[in-house]
Amino acid sequence: MIVAGCDIGSLSAKAVILKDGEILTYQVIRAKSRPEESAREVMEDVLERSDISFDSIDYCVGTGYGRNQIPFADAVESEIACHGRGVIWLVPSIRMVLDIGGQDAKAIRLDEAGNVIRYAYNDKCASGTGRFIEIMAEALGVALEDMGEISAQAEEPVTISNQCVVFAETEIISLINEGRKLPDIVGGLHRAMAHRVASLAKGIELEEDISFTGGVAKNRGMFSALEEALGVTIKSPGVDPQITGALGAALFASEAVAL
Amino acid sequence: MIVAGCDVGSLTAKAIILNEKRVLAQAIIKSSFKPEESAEEVMTKALAAAGLSMDDIGFCVGTGYGRDRIPFVGRVFSEIACHAKGAQWLMPQVRTVIDIGGQDCKAIKIDREGTILKFITNDKCAAGTGRFLEVMAGLLNIDLDELGRLSAAAKNPLSLAATCTVWAQAEVIHHLNDEKPIPDIASAINQAMAARVAILARNVGVEREVCMTGGVAKNVAVVANLEKLLDVKVRRLRVDPQVVGALGAALLAREKMEGTKDDRRGV
Repeated sequence: MIVAGCDIGSLSAKAVILKDGEILTYQVIRAKSRPEESAREVMEDVLERSDISFDSIDYCVGTGYGRNQIPFADAVESEIACHGRGVIWLVPSIRMVLDIGGQDAKAIRLDEAGNVIRYAYNDKCASGTGRFIEIMAEALGVALEDMGEISAQAEEPVTISNQCVVFAETEIISLINEGRKLPDIVGGLHRAMAHRVASLAKGIELEEDISFTGGVAKNRGMFSALEEALGVTIKSPGVDPQITGALGAALFASEAVAL
Repeated sequence: MIVAGCDVGSLTAKAIILNEKRVLAQAIIKSSFKPEESAEEVMTKALAAAGLSMDDIGFCVGTGYGRDRIPFVGRVFSEIACHAKGAQWLMPQVRTVIDIGGQDCKAIKIDREGTILKFITNDKCAAGTGRFLEVMAGLLNIDLDELGRLSAAAKNPLSLAATCTVWAQAEVIHHLNDEKPIPDIASAINQAMAARVAILARNVGVEREVCMTGGVAKNVAVVANLEKLLDVKVRRLRVDPQVVGALGAALLAREKMEGTKDDRRGV
């Protein structure tokens, strides 16, 4: 049995192929201007990698912000449900997932079966989403993928007093003018962002076993800042943290076939 | 008796000089990074306009974001107190003051004596503050002063779905890429700004008469949209709305001096 999961986000598109209950291949691409295009391209890429044709896919579930515009999806599922399902399959002990994407952040509490008990979601305010770090990297003239490494070199992280991305941007400019060191500023920004996500998580009551997913989970600085803010050790999902939504969608697809 | 008020904001600094009866001079400048410098500069300008020197000033009150760093003031008051005082002096029947500054927004409710009954401030989120308009004017590559006037030229006004300045910025870029006319986009920006301010105003409870202070009060489209949303007429002030805080500070300086005289009489 071969099934697929396709997660069309605002900034990236992800696809996972499962063959007989194992991950065969996955693919992550930058989102195109239209969700349909992103879906087609990521699926073509992943099929090519898997060396199979679309006809061999028994069932495909779509998820993410653009889920209703995936032309080839047999069904759709919410992102919340997919992230939960994906993570619990990878690490069964997990009871809470923090997912930070390019334009949103989610905190999800799960039961043993991976069903969602409670969740909190922010896509209204850019603070606490991947966009925060992206804008700060631009303002500092640093590549986004280097932010985590730079953060690790912080000796005395600054305190960022503004939560709003727009105000925080002005704040870091004055910190640079005051001569504060780059790693200390970047470290402070990671702390501020972690604090914001931690509040989201605490709003639905913390669990002990937490995993961190989404594109921002690739940032090691954010990983440790979040551990510090929550006072727990966060477990890695063990795969590319960006694919857990698509993986969950693929797992829903295999359940649909099994029925 | 000559007194002064100095309001050092995040984007502009304002100074007003008063005697017993009337405003002698006023000045507005763009703020520099250092509030001390902005304060000195704006006060020097106002003094020059009045043909006075610093020694002629009996008492000076400071206010605004940079108030604790103004070297020459005898006392500082909050912006809320100064805006309420200034607005009430200009228009005794005013009960609600909406002040929109460069990086904050306040709605203040006052009684007939000018006592502050209630106020709400937003300085946490750039949406609904002057900064929102500043960011958007930058994106449209137009002067901030032009933004308000552009709404009138909109043929098919657009709208913005997001409140967050960052997300609204992405929407505006999208409209620009779609080659939508600038007035149609400007209209959406002014409308979004007013919608955000209206929430704050409703939370404090809008009571007539209503006036607006601060730089954004000069944006005709934001004022018109706000009037529609709140279903009230925003009363025009007889001074530049940007100097109301400084005016209130000067009035408080005058009260302070009069008070001092009374105290002396008491002794």
